[in-house]
Amino acid sequence: MTKALVDTSAIPGWGVDADPRNDPTYPMRHIEDQDGRGLTWSRPPLQEPDVEILQSIEHNRLPAVLGTSTPPRGLSGMIRRYAFRRSESDWWHWLLLMGADRINVVEGVAQDLAGGKVPNVPGEMGARAEWRHNRKGFLLKTGAIVAVGAVAMALARRGGKQQAREQERISSPEQESAAFDDAG
Amino acid sequence: MLAMNYRGPYRVRADEKPMPKILHPEDAIVRVTRSCICGSDLHLYHGMVPDTRVGMTFGHEFCGIVEEVGPAVRNLKAGDHVLVPFNIACGKCHFCRQGLFGNCHESNAQATAVGGIYGYSHTAGGYDGGQAQFVRVPYADVGPTVIPDWMDPDDAVLLTDVVPTGYQAAEMGGITPGDTVVVFGAGPVGLMAARSAWLFGAGRVIVIDHLDYRLEFARSFGPAEVYNFREIDDVVVFLKKQTDSLGADVCIDAVGGDAAGNALQWLFGTKLKLEAGNAIALHWAINSVKKGGIVSMVGVYGPTGNMIPIGNVVNKGITIRANQASVKRLLPRLIDHIRAGHINPKAMITHRVPLTDVADAYHIFASKLDGCIKPVLLPHGA
Repeated sequence: MTKALVDTSAIPGWGVDADPRNDPTYPMRHIEDQDGRGLTWSRPPLQEPDVEILQSIEHNRLPAVLGTSTPPRGLSGMIRRYAFRRSESDWWHWLLLMGADRINVVEGVAQDLAGGKVPNVPGEMGARAEWRHNRKGFLLKTGAIVAVGAVAMALARRGGKQQAREQERISSPEQESAAFDDAG
Repeated sequence: MLAMNYRGPYRVRADEKPMPKILHPEDAIVRVTRSCICGSDLHLYHGMVPDTRVGMTFGHEFCGIVEEVGPAVRNLKAGDHVLVPFNIACGKCHFCRQGLFGNCHESNAQATAVGGIYGYSHTAGGYDGGQAQFVRVPYADVGPTVIPDWMDPDDAVLLTDVVPTGYQAAEMGGITPGDTVVVFGAGPVGLMAARSAWLFGAGRVIVIDHLDYRLEFARSFGPAEVYNFREIDDVVVFLKKQTDSLGADVCIDAVGGDAAGNALQWLFGTKLKLEAGNAIALHWAINSVKKGGIVSMVGVYGPTGNMIPIGNVVNKGITIRANQASVKRLLPRLIDHIRAGHINPKAMITHRVPLTDVADAYHIFASKLDGCIKPVLLPHGA
């Protein structure tokens, strides 16, 4: 069944790691090095957390080292804390975290603005690289964004004008009663 | 210091952030000299991994110079040039002692299913990563390995993840001499899996992808037979025809949740995120492998669930082997392979980008622009 498309003798190292012991559990797991069961190993020193660490309820103790990047805060943090009441096996745990991630994006923009920084969203999305390496795509995407923006603005303006006309009509009772008289 | 800063899906930038500190006696601070963007970083970039918080720094493939060590560190000293495996591993727990350094139980508070990984969301421990000028490295005596004098640092940085992951994909395939191995995905991990399959004695290596420039690269780098699935009506039927209708001996999923190739999976997995990514590569792997064959998975998926033909796994008697690569376990062998000229990882590097342009680098890699195969960030400039 094997097609001999490649001269394997020309491939450096061909077959050097072929190993009859490569059964389905070897060498991923060195069973011979398993010494005892349960949480019996001698633990490394324990890191004292100086930020809030959310812990999986499937752990019965904090690991010895901890990541301290971006502790939970704000609304997204509240949702994350709630999510961590559920196990890793519970879909809601992950769906809540994904929801918190999306809220966190809005919080990130607010945080930028509060710090006096207006985020350069096109730059953060690699617009310069798109312009350099995919100009057609850049123009198409920009065109689509401009078109959507123009339609949205036109609709908003139309809605605004309509509202103004309504307002005018309500604030001119003579016209309204005249119109009523005509109809009568 | 300058560091990559995640702002939300498809949005990253380089910002000034505080210097990392020693927080544990076994920590080190490393001045990063090279840091890759990994294909699995794109899962974060696309907002597919739960608990990816705004403000985090990604990066789990990096090497650099040891700047400072904690009081309990014995094997490293300031000035050592080290490559740092992506797994944060204590070396003492039940799992580390069995060589499962990707499954350490003492490094991830937020989840038990995976050990700590640098810069890979809070689902992988909440550690800031190496796409920065400096990074905190826990358990410095366990993971970091001093780069041999003769080794090119470009090879060294690829030993932190992509090379061992591709190699372990082939290893888990249980390849026996003469086997036909199909690799789904011609990204850096797929390329290394294809190359490594020969080291285990494969008789035929086939790579499937949809990007012609990557397939062309795989054709020579593997070397491998390459096929573009966009030009094939049905990948599984095609592969069956290539193997006397029996199926391949080993199929490797080197794609994960960011796959292309199936509208339904794309909608539910990629766009609506109701699945843990698009699992079409795994679907094809299960259906293309022979009865009794082995499917080896190193593609990364989210923690929820996916639509895959699990019934066929039972009916065909397939063995699925999967794990995050155990980098430390594999390093001695892979260093030997580089020295012997069996593998040449640095040939995959196509882009070198200063950290200041990190947004462009992510966009180029994610959108497969400019013939990009593997981008390397240079945190301290060229």
